[in-house]
Amino acid sequence: MQESDIKFLEESFKKYYFEHFDLIRVPERTSEREFGYQKFNSGMTRHIQIKDDKELHLLFMQNVPSDVYCSNAYYSFPNLPMNEKDWKEADLIFDIDAKDLNLLCRESHTISICNECNEISKKLKQCRKCNSTKLEKKSLPCKNCIDSSKDEVFKLFKILVDDFAINKENIHVYFSGNEGFHVYVYNSQFQQIGSRERSELSDYIMLRGAIPETFGMKKFKPNRSSFPDFDDKGWKGRFSKYMYGTKSKRSKIISELLVNGYSSFQKTLDNVSENIGVKIDPNVTMDIHRIFRLPGSINSKSGLTKILCKDISKFDPYNEASFLSDDTIEILANSPLEFKLKNKKFGPYNNEKVTVPIFAAVYMICKKLARIA
Amino acid sequence: MIALGQDEIAKYPFLADAGQYLKDKGFSLEQFGTDPDLKQLIDKAYDRILVAADGKIYKSDLIEDHVSKEAALPREVFSFLLAIVLLKLCGMHTLIKRFALAEARRAEKYLERDLSNISDESKKELAIRVIDDLFSVQVEKQDDYFVIPVSDYLKHSINFHEREWKLINRHIENGLVFLTPHETVRLIRKELGTYINSKIINAKTPAMIPGFEDSVNKLALLSKKFATFTVTTGEYPPCIKHAIDVLEKGENLPHSGRFMLATFLLSKGQTVNQIAPLFKNAPDYNQRITLYQLNHLAGTSGSGTQYSCPSCEKLKTQSLCFATSECDNIINPLQFGKKRK
Repeated sequence: MQESDIKFLEESFKKYYFEHFDLIRVPERTSEREFGYQKFNSGMTRHIQIKDDKELHLLFMQNVPSDVYCSNAYYSFPNLPMNEKDWKEADLIFDIDAKDLNLLCRESHTISICNECNEISKKLKQCRKCNSTKLEKKSLPCKNCIDSSKDEVFKLFKILVDDFAINKENIHVYFSGNEGFHVYVYNSQFQQIGSRERSELSDYIMLRGAIPETFGMKKFKPNRSSFPDFDDKGWKGRFSKYMYGTKSKRSKIISELLVNGYSSFQKTLDNVSENIGVKIDPNVTMDIHRIFRLPGSINSKSGLTKILCKDISKFDPYNEASFLSDDTIEILANSPLEFKLKNKKFGPYNNEKVTVPIFAAVYMICKKLARIA
Repeated sequence: MIALGQDEIAKYPFLADAGQYLKDKGFSLEQFGTDPDLKQLIDKAYDRILVAADGKIYKSDLIEDHVSKEAALPREVFSFLLAIVLLKLCGMHTLIKRFALAEARRAEKYLERDLSNISDESKKELAIRVIDDLFSVQVEKQDDYFVIPVSDYLKHSINFHEREWKLINRHIENGLVFLTPHETVRLIRKELGTYINSKIINAKTPAMIPGFEDSVNKLALLSKKFATFTVTTGEYPPCIKHAIDVLEKGENLPHSGRFMLATFLLSKGQTVNQIAPLFKNAPDYNQRITLYQLNHLAGTSGSGTQYSCPSCEKLKTQSLCFATSECDNIINPLQFGKKRK
């Protein structure tokens, strides 16, 4: 990224942090967390301990970071190197990202930037100009991406409450600032479990590693009576609703399953898992030392804010997560895709000088689809 | 410590304080080496270890929870305590491990029987208390099942590799896992083994006692049988081959895949400089960062921690596992192609 772009983004971010510090949610037990930040074109600075929101405010104003992170873990000594921190516990976190959902819309709103010649195009396999395969992909997520991510959040929420008896008030959903959602679970029975345990929990939520016996299909002498019912709790009930469709079809479907046999059932399970398993990123959930984007801070991949979704069903990130100025600026835009922000349409732009509001300019520059003219 | 009745000590001898028990019964170790009547008990103890070393469970004189004869009870406990003395004198860790595991499985049977005991509430309570006291697992009875919090379940179940122990294959309601008495006890087998093992390891080793030498020598010979040799084919497991393929094609290998590949090769003795060129084709290749990260994994920079190759289980979760029949139920890619001889 060129100097003038960085200067522009830093100014815009600083203004946001100055005016909207109230949006920053200083996590509880602040001084037990590890903080970290990045500046544009620079590496990560982490292992920082912060006492209170005043100190945090100072960090924003002094460093003008591109991204700020905070651990879900609680440590005795958050500022020491990793193996001396003395890990105490960690909130449970789930990451749901549109890019992991295998959505069909994806290709229509993804572009590639060639690492060799900087050519921007909708061709995703090879650079159309120099044929290089070293491409950086950028996506401008669409409504379908956001809605599909929300569906995953709802599925996750239901399992957390129904299967794991987690109190609804202890589940917070945040828009990640780019293409998905972060779901935080506080004060649950899972605070102190380690990485391997969290990986198992992920498999449960994703419906991975299930064996036919769990859903009533025995290897030897299978019989109808062991198959799950519509009203069963947990995955058995969800499996029934998905597989049978209606209560009246249960009997017929079970007959089919029995005829097809055990190994076919395992394949059916894989298919069921793909369809009703929750698509979380298991690597995020099992990492108990990770630092996560701080709620209320800007995501430098988009210029949008990571923000708490009070009513997720109505939440519209392109309206509710953009807090930058409406003042205008001239930029050189090269975006083959059009996009909508704060109810205004922008693009497509073909390497042209345009004057747009700062929030849209930041969005494009963050996506590497524009630079300061 | 839980107060134990006569039958309980015979069932769970590891809960007893060994020295105190002998004293209470009015015996000293030396007597067992010299008194011809008591000397039989050393043979019994030796048998108990032999059975364990064979991977079997020691058949005790207990019949249906009760001691068959009045005299059998001390014998039952003595053979356990003497077995520990023999193991300490012999000092072979493979034997101690095998013995601890076999004793754990023996105790497991009694725990299970006590848990499912419907006629005697106190037996069930004792079993629940043993599980809670020793392993901090809070078990509660709910209808025909025992239920424990999901988080407690996970802490133990992650040590199992069989798929039926995966959380997804369990019945869960309200944050609780439902288990049969058998499963409840099976869940803590390893910890029970570890508990018995640590009790033996931490016990004081006495000086050689006259009359014990023969059995100790026989044990030392026995333990040699368990030394194993392994040979490797040198071929890479499918997950590693796949990762190398992806990189060679210039496609993106996720961070977790790069971690696996690097830690695997480091464990196989390759150097950072040998491994680094593999990543050259990655779409986001940066030599400086690659070297920094490899050195970090190797423990030559940063915290000095040497990172190890992730388990097959973890790789499955990360969609990095491409197991073939050749994998043969290994639990870590590093074991691929290793044959015990």
